Amino acid sequence: MIDVKNVHKTFFVPHEVQALHDVSYHINPGEVVVVIGPSGSGKSTFLRCLNRLEKADSGHIMIDGVDILDSKTNINKVRMEVGMVFQSFNLFPHLTVLENVTVGQTSVRKRGKKESAEKAMTLLNKVGIHAKANNFPAQLSGGQMQRVAIARALAMDPKVMLFDEPTSALDPEMVGEVLDVMKALAKEGMTMVVVTHEMGFAREVADQVVFMDEGKIVEVGTPEHFFTDPQHDRTKLFLSQIL
Amino acid sequence: MNDTKTVEPKKEFDKNLFWKAVYAVTLVCVCLGFYWATTQTDYIWRWNRIPKYFYYIDDVNVTAEIEGEVTSITKKDDDSVVIVSDGTDSEHYTIPGSDLMVDVGQTVYMGDTIGTYSEGRMGLLVEGTIITIEVSIVSIIFGILIGLLTGLSRISTNPFLKMSAITYIEIIRGTPLLVQIMIWYFVLGTIINNLLSKAGLFQIPELWFGIASLAIFAGAYVAEIVRAGIQSIHKGQMEAARSLGMTKTMAMIKIILPQAFKRILPPLAGQFISLIKDSSLLGVIAIRELTKATREAVTTSLMPYELWFVCGVLYLVITFTLSMFVQYLERRTAEA
Repeated sequence: MIDVKNVHKTFFVPHEVQALHDVSYHINPGEVVVVIGPSGSGKSTFLRCLNRLEKADSGHIMIDGVDILDSKTNINKVRMEVGMVFQSFNLFPHLTVLENVTVGQTSVRKRGKKESAEKAMTLLNKVGIHAKANNFPAQLSGGQMQRVAIARALAMDPKVMLFDEPTSALDPEMVGEVLDVMKALAKEGMTMVVVTHEMGFAREVADQVVFMDEGKIVEVGTPEHFFTDPQHDRTKLFLSQIL
Repeated sequence: MNDTKTVEPKKEFDKNLFWKAVYAVTLVCVCLGFYWATTQTDYIWRWNRIPKYFYYIDDVNVTAEIEGEVTSITKKDDDSVVIVSDGTDSEHYTIPGSDLMVDVGQTVYMGDTIGTYSEGRMGLLVEGTIITIEVSIVSIIFGILIGLLTGLSRISTNPFLKMSAITYIEIIRGTPLLVQIMIWYFVLGTIINNLLSKAGLFQIPELWFGIASLAIFAGAYVAEIVRAGIQSIHKGQMEAARSLGMTKTMAMIKIILPQAFKRILPPLAGQFISLIKDSSLLGVIAIRELTKATREAVTTSLMPYELWFVCGVLYLVITFTLSMFVQYLERRTAEA
């Protein structure tokens, strides 16, 4: 589904940082991969490279058989298949909840208004916000906003969902509702890549846990292996600090 | 004796009311003081002569254009139709009303008055105000278009667009509007009309060079307002839109610009109020807008005090109306 080979990425602004250093990884369809690591380890950059919000400097990234680093690739087509959920939600504040979920369908997928609205209502129902369909995002709580953001991404019928620290900006009591939606999604067999600090979620839902540090993938494993028997000292140190 | 004194709530001295009163008194004093000062300079106020600069009744003489005999006078509705014939040709004259100076059979010569009627006309100040409003509206519309395109070019990644936009903005913001108006009229205007006449085409009236100078001047400022407005939108908005598969243009139109519009409305309104005031400079290239009209009225009437006050008030009315309209727009977009 996703195949990452020898990807490098260096930022020059505000100062030179090698965010990704020779990262290679393979994700199978239906897999839930949780990426963890200290801040500045490159995990968000890795995620953002997967839909080319950041363009990797070198290497290959294949999404469903399409090389997204190839200049001939229509990246907008790829992005339709790759949903993304952001830490700061990034809902469109000038549109209602319903319009947030339909705007992509009507303008990118070219679906009819009615069909889009029906699809949007089904998804809002699924994430439990259908009652607020006609409200504006500013009238919602953080947890509700993030659930709308998930519905917005799902409305495009993506094959992969990327989550960039989806619960980091939430008040603690709202984390659960967002994680529940993500768990349900994982159960349905969605391919998911999740950058998070929620170790409980990683332990419960992840098929694979990836630990990154200083732009490199340090250790990969199943949750049992990862949390009970980490191999690298860096992983042990990180886990001892957060658990 | 009652121990528990009912404490009268001490009447709070209303400071605000006091200062409002001071304001009102000061205002009256300034006006009266000003009036007193004008009496010391032997100025005679003639406010009664001001209305004719808004509306006046003009007596129009209808004169004969050929020499001949009046052959018939007929009534048609409220108009009188006089036919003058010199044997071969005949002319029809329609005069509203029935104030005629000729009878049937009378011989008239070229230039003779056949009849007179009165007609209400717009005064000089109203004409000037209309031109000021026209020029401002057209300039604002072009200013928005130019500003929007330039603002988008300014933040474009394309070096040609970006550098062109910066050059334009810097040139316009770095030179006085008065100089730009002169260049438009005396340099560009002459060149363009010369080229047009050599090509055997129409000539562009000076009004359009005035509008061009104002629109292009405003456009540079609007561009910076648009740029700031777009850049003030969190970059996560663009990322979210792009992550849905929208193209950059689509994201700009559907997501960024609607949000930016709300933020740029207040500074945009300020810019347009400036533009209306700046249009007063167009008098230097013989466009008879409100200021130039007032100057002409002052020259003929010798009533500078009244006329310049009226001129100022008319500008205030225009700008105040605009800012009310923008406030209404702001309230409407705030609801969404």
